Parts: sequence; structure tokens; C-alpha cells
Amino acid sequence: MLRYALRRLLSLAVSLVVASLVIFLVIEVIPGDPASYMLGINAQPDTVAALRSELGLDVSKTARYLAWVGGMLHGDFGTSYTYRTEVAEMIGERMWISLPLALYALTLSTLIAFPAGILAASRRGSATDLGVMGVTQLGVAVPNFWFAMLMVLLFAVKLRWVSAGGFPGWENGFWPALRALTLPAIALALPQASILTRVMRSSLLDTLSEDFIRTARAKGLNRRQALWRHALRNALIPVLTIIGLQFSFLMAGAIIIEQVFFLPGIGRLIFQSISSRDLIVVESVVMLLVFAVIVVNFAVDLAYAWVDPRLRR
Amino acid sequence: MTLPADPRPGLWRQAFRARSLILGALLSLVFLAAALLSFLWTPYDVAALDIAAKLRPPGAAHWLGTDHFGRDVLSMIMVGARTSIAVAVVAVGIGVGLGVPLGLAAAARRGGWLDELIMRANDLVFAFPSLVIAILITAVFGPGAVNAILAIGIFNVPVFARLTRGAALSLWKRDFILAARVAGKGATRISAEHILPNLANLLIVQGTIQFSLGILAEAGLSYVGLGAQPPTPSWGRMLAESQTMISFAPWLALMPGMAIVLTVLGLNLMGDGLRDLLDPRLRRQR
Repeated sequence: MLRYALRRLLSLAVSLVVASLVIFLVIEVIPGDPASYMLGINAQPDTVAALRSELGLDVSKTARYLAWVGGMLHGDFGTSYTYRTEVAEMIGERMWISLPLALYALTLSTLIAFPAGILAASRRGSATDLGVMGVTQLGVAVPNFWFAMLMVLLFAVKLRWVSAGGFPGWENGFWPALRALTLPAIALALPQASILTRVMRSSLLDTLSEDFIRTARAKGLNRRQALWRHALRNALIPVLTIIGLQFSFLMAGAIIIEQVFFLPGIGRLIFQSISSRDLIVVESVVMLLVFAVIVVNFAVDLAYAWVDPRLRR
Repeated sequence: MTLPADPRPGLWRQAFRARSLILGALLSLVFLAAALLSFLWTPYDVAALDIAAKLRPPGAAHWLGTDHFGRDVLSMIMVGARTSIAVAVVAVGIGVGLGVPLGLAAAARRGGWLDELIMRANDLVFAFPSLVIAILITAVFGPGAVNAILAIGIFNVPVFARLTRGAALSLWKRDFILAARVAGKGATRISAEHILPNLANLLIVQGTIQFSLGILAEAGLSYVGLGAQPPTPSWGRMLAESQTMISFAPWLALMPGMAIVLTVLGLNLMGDGLRDLLDPRLRRQR
């Protein structure tokens, strides 16, 4: 297990280095001179020169890359050109909306998918099964941001139960903040819950047809006992992997959903930075998102190998 | 919780599946036809502004209503279908065109450095969700439909590479491939003549799935402004524009959304039906 973990850790490090190189090349090398790109075509030459030295563009590309990566390792993500504030600080503030939103959605999706998947699998071929599968078929087809708009229309515009968007901030109490994140989290969770339900169902059906379930039944357990005591635990392995992988989709999805509810999260930050050509912010936020995905996948791989020793190849 | 006593569980399911293939194919065809028809004819000109007829709810003159400029929503959805389908088709093309040869090469050199390199590169691309790729591209080149195509297409490459490699690996162990090797055929020829044709069904099914995911992704990207730019109508941007008017003109949000849902639903149903039809071995698991 330790050897497997070390090998995966090495590949994690390589992935992070290569990913950072790709991001650096796309953001800082392809546009030619980032300073003149950021200032637009009408910039004065001396302004461009000033920004060049401020961004450290007068040194070689290698030195710039090393400085960027080295800075991030120390928690220094550079300074936003537009806002003149530390990028790390800006990301830190907004992360407190995007991350809880993604985790909230992940929790909801799991809470919906487990019972639904188990129900459908235990009544395979019945009307209940078909119903669950029909609903998930629809859930996969609905764009989450559109579902979010429909919920705004129903709960905020028609019923006036909640406000249509915005975020009160965690400092004004836990419950109001959680309330503001509830509709976005439901919208985000819907398609993921549909996918997870399908995975749960098919994984459970696979497990139920295995020999050890027949053995369990032969020794006198009824179907229900065999399902709950033996099948479920084994069926969970692929389901957990999918939950881990869904995290990256939820982070990306959160960026879009934030636009529907006017939440000042990572998504807002990144789109503002794109339109103001604040490349330093874009670069660091993208690196952070990719970092999150790589690390979560790494953790899932480890958990998977821990549960199932056959995978520690 | 009990299992049904029916000795043939899944009979209902099978009947439902066949029907779902037909329903899915019909839905998909409707939108394809609408997109093709829009090249020749739309009920109204999508570029023509008619302020006098602005924000009309669905009715006889405008079946799906009009927007805040008096443009006909049905016509915009028809032209928008063009954008969605074009982006998704090219993105799947990129995924198949690059991913399948990479997957075949990795399987042919299984265990070698090329296999390792291709698979690790795949892992890396997987770490970039298509939204993040789109953000990167847009930050440098500005938004547009081409960037959306690239972002979704790049994301599709590892999907097809992994699928191809996995399926090709199991084929390489089969007797008929051994026979081809004994006959003196090289890895490239075997991949092209024997492996690829046996993967066609799998690729068609996955292609349908990626196509529907592509339509969803395009809608998401153009909703946040990273996709097709005005004046090109697109479903995602119609939704973005409708948002501020949702309280007094809900049809502007409902209609394009329904178009997305029905298209994606049609493609998914068709994909499921095709899988059952083309690969009966998978039926058990579903």
C-alpha cells in the first residue's frame, strides 16, 4: 500500500508540474506580450513598460515560471492588476462560497442517489424501477443552470419564499448563508444525483448477481438481508469513485450556477477577470481549480486501493 | 423490498427500450430537421427587429412568443439548433479523430512507453474540465463558437482514447487477432483492419452520449458568455438574456430550455437504445 501511495504521489507531482506548465504557456506565452495584451491596443508605450517591469516580464520565461510556481508554493498568487489586491486574498474570500456550494451539492446528490438507486435495484424491472430510471433520464438531460432559473421563477418570483439571489455572507449567521446556497445547491445536485443513482443501481445489480450473494441466500438470508448486509457494501466501491470524480464537475458547475444566483464566488471572479483581461487572476484561479481536481482524484485513487487491495498494482 | 415474481424480469424494460430508441431517434431528428430547415426558411427573420411586437407571449402569430426586440423565439431556436449541433458534431469529431488513433496506438503498444505516455497525457487532460479549458482559451483569444468547439473537443479526446484502449486491449487477446498476427500482419494493419471495425458499435454509442453532453456543454458555455457571440443565436445565450425578464416573460426562459432538454433527452434515449441493439452483452447490467 505504501509503495502504491508513493508511486501515485509521484505521478500527482508530475501531473501538477505539467498542468502548471500548460497553464503558464497558454496564459503568458501564447498572447505574446501579456502586458500589452492586458492594457489593450490603445496603451501608451511607457504604461506598457511600467506594467512589464511590475509583472516581472523583463526576466526570462523560465525565471518567470519558477517565480510563479515558487510564489504559489508559499501561498503568494501575485497581485491582481485590476483590483490591486492580493490574488490569494481574493480567491480566499470567494472560495468560502464556491467550496461550500460544491460540498453542499455533493451531500444532497448523495442523499438523493443512495435511496433512489437502492430502491430501483431492489425492485428491478418493476414500475418503481422504471419510474426512477425515467426521472434520472430527465435529470441528466436538464441543464443545471436552466433548472436553477426555473426554481428562481417558482420560489422567488411566484411564491416569494426566497430571494432571487445574492449572498448575505457567513459573518451574518450560518443559517441565512446556508439558505442562500440551498437553491443553487439543489440545482447543482440534480444532474449529479441522476448519474449517481444510475451508477448505484447498476453497481448493486452487478453485485446482486455474484456468487457470494447466492451463498448468502443459500445459508438462509432473505433477499433483503443479503442486499443490506452483503451486496451494498461491495456495490459502494464504484459509487465512491464516481462521487470523488463528481467533485470536479461540481466545482465547474458551481462557476456557472453562481451566475444564475448572483453569488460572488470563484465564478464571478474568473469572468470579471476575463473581461478585464486580468491574466494573473485567471492563471491562478485556473491552476487552483486544476489542483483541486488532481488532488481529489488522487485521494479517490488511494481510497479505492485501500478498500480493494487488488488495485494496488 | 422484494423482487418481482415475474420469471422474466426486464420484459417491460425491453419493450420500453425499443420504444425509447424510436422516441429518441424521432426527437433527435426533429431538431436536426429544424436546424437544416433554418438554412432555407424560418417563420421570421431572426435578425429583423420588430419593437411593436416585442415580448408577445406564445400565440397564433408567434408560436413560441417574441423577445424584447420583437424577434420570433421559434425562429431563434431553429437557428440556435444549428449552432448547438455544429459545435457538438465538430467536438465529437475532434474527440474521435484524435482519441481513437491514440487509444489504438496505446493498445497496440500495451505496457510500452508510448502506452504509458498516452495514458498519462489523458489523465492530465481529464484534470481540465471543458469549462476550465474554455476559460483558458477565452482569456487569451476572446470568446466565440470556435473556442467552445475546441474546449469541448479537447475534453472529448481522453474519453475516446480510454474507451478505445480498454476495448482494444481485450480484443488483442482474442484468437482471431492471434491468427492475423500469425498471418504476418503488423500492429498498425491489425488495428485498422480487425480492431477498429469491432469497436465501431461501441464508438457509435459513446459518440451519441458525447454528442448530447456536447450540446449541454455548449449551452453552459454560451450561457456564461464563453460560447457563440451575438448576433449568432444560441440556446445558452437566449437563456442568459431571458434571465432579467423571467418575471414578466417566462416563455423566453422556458422555450430554449425545453429545446435543450428535448434534444439531449432524445440523444440519450437513442444512445441507450442503440447500445441495447448493438451490444446485447451490456443488456444484463442495465
